[in-house]
Amino acid sequence: MALLKMKFSQQRRVRLAQGLWLLSWLAVTCGAFIFCLGVYIKIELLRRDEVMENTEIHVVPNLLMMVGLASIGANWVASRVCQDSLDPSRFPRWNVILLVWFAVATLLCCLLLAVVVLSYALQGRLEESLKVGLRNGIRFYKDTDVPGRCFQKETIDRLQMEFRCCGNNNFKDWFEVQWVSNRYLDFTSQEVKDRIRSNVDGRYLLDGVPFSCCNPVSPRPCLQYQLTDSRAHYNYEYQSEELNLYSRGCRQALTDYYMGLMNSTGPGVLSVILIQVSVILSMRYLQTAVEGAMALEAPEGESEGYILEKGVKETYADIREKVNNLLKFGQVDPASEDAGAEEGEKAAEAMEKAATPPPAS
Amino acid sequence: MPFMSLKFNLQKRVKLAQGLWMLYWLAVIVGIIIFSLGIFFKIELRKRSEIMDNNESHLVPNLLILLGMLSCGLNAFGGKLCHESLDPQKFSKMKPMLKPYMLLSCGFNALLLLLVLLCFLMQFAVYLTLAEGLKNAIRFYKDTDTPGRCFMKRTLDMTQIEFRCCGNNNFRDWFEVQWISNRYLDMSNDVVKDRVLSNVEGKYLMDSVPFSCCNPGSPRPCIQHHLTNNSAHYDYDHRIEELNIWNRGCHQAVFSYYSSIMNSIGALLICTIILEVRLHTGLHHRPLQPVGM
Repeated sequence: MALLKMKFSQQRRVRLAQGLWLLSWLAVTCGAFIFCLGVYIKIELLRRDEVMENTEIHVVPNLLMMVGLASIGANWVASRVCQDSLDPSRFPRWNVILLVWFAVATLLCCLLLAVVVLSYALQGRLEESLKVGLRNGIRFYKDTDVPGRCFQKETIDRLQMEFRCCGNNNFKDWFEVQWVSNRYLDFTSQEVKDRIRSNVDGRYLLDGVPFSCCNPVSPRPCLQYQLTDSRAHYNYEYQSEELNLYSRGCRQALTDYYMGLMNSTGPGVLSVILIQVSVILSMRYLQTAVEGAMALEAPEGESEGYILEKGVKETYADIREKVNNLLKFGQVDPASEDAGAEEGEKAAEAMEKAATPPPAS
Repeated sequence: MPFMSLKFNLQKRVKLAQGLWMLYWLAVIVGIIIFSLGIFFKIELRKRSEIMDNNESHLVPNLLILLGMLSCGLNAFGGKLCHESLDPQKFSKMKPMLKPYMLLSCGFNALLLLLVLLCFLMQFAVYLTLAEGLKNAIRFYKDTDTPGRCFMKRTLDMTQIEFRCCGNNNFRDWFEVQWISNRYLDMSNDVVKDRVLSNVEGKYLMDSVPFSCCNPGSPRPCIQHHLTNNSAHYDYDHRIEELNIWNRGCHQAVFSYYSSIMNSIGALLICTIILEVRLHTGLHHRPLQPVGM
């Protein structure tokens, strides 16, 4: 019993071919869209490369780009098949290619699904990577004279201003590192000496933040230094001051941004999967209908199209048998084994003789 | 003697009609581009209307929007004319509309030329409005509790961050105004009292700038306060320090931004005029009889 059988008259076959041709060109556009999406996400990830420790999240845009390109190619082939499908002399040469095409197209759909799943699953890894990257960025903020780290300050400042965030988890991360370089500290000053002696590592720690943490929305000019001391500033209460600095941490801000980016592409990718699946199904119907028509005595007559020739269980049993036969072909037959062994021994002896050098005369 | 007459045979006429039809649709697309540029320019002016004292002139973007729509309509009609010139019956119906259409197109081209002139001349108006607007913005920076001015601080801070500039002409403009509100000044403090008494108007003036003037590219943490006092900071000389805060004034920065937008719109309009003139001479050379005859 064939799976999902449908009858196709000549006119319906022509309509199917035309519709599938349009659909496959739509699928080519979708493939291009997926490719551009991959490129865009990759560029966005590369822009913030300096605050990410590893590149595991890059698998999402890489997969999107690969699948986009492969999808353009596969759907272009589908449109060529459609063009040839109504011509009985040109259609048979596509038979083998169609087998490969079905496998490739199904693989592409699975990869797209995997991309959607990965973009959610990798959120934890992204956060970890950002945590370590930002921690290093904040630690090396002061090293503007060390080659390789001299742009950390500018990167972190621009990041904090653009994403409206401060520090890794919050602004207090800046209290734990020395972010003022020793080149700008007056070591003869008593205040500097006190601060350096106040901790084990001899670092100049202060309860202050860089200017890039300042929130422009605040009604008062930005307070950067002596943040925990309510008496250092007039009319200032440390516990209740909310608008002075950005309250969000940069890790949270960046994770939200990237997750938002990937989630907003989710519906687009899902609709592309749907389009690709409909192309695969229509192609199968077209293939079986046209082959059925070619086998008929009257090629203009009605033929049947189906997804599978037999039911699901029977098709599965058929495939298993074929695979077993293939494996059996590789096995050695016991009857011819003895004859084969003798020949093998003779060949080995001949090789030994050739290998040992002739004794010196 | 006809003006610029040319000879045409049938094949040439068909080719001319087809080419003209394509060019007309290209002109429709250009009309859409002009329309969207008008909307873009209008939005940009609105975004920064606070630093332009809310009295910037919207003449250029309004005209752009109007002319964009007009261009779409006129060129679509012209394309239809071309399309119908291939059919003798339809052409005879269209013939009486040809002359008024040509007059309208001439008028439209004249308007385009006027708009090009305006694009280049209105830059002076923008220059003057910006100067006045920024001066007021710096004066009202501290008035975050006054209705109507409470967002001035935020707008000016975001402008200085975005355009990488400080003050009106340079950062010293901040030394001449009180940009810290009295709400945050401890009037019982001696330092504050000295500063307030040091000038006629009783303003709290300092040689400091807001945080938005800071340059992230500076190798040292930003120095905002006591800018002219070398001894207030370790290893600091205000005469040679270049990277600490932005050197450019916001007047120059914002004006060059708007100037470049207006110049590019002017250049696009000149190309549009050339295209339109080409189209209308082409239509004029359409023979008085249609292709079929």
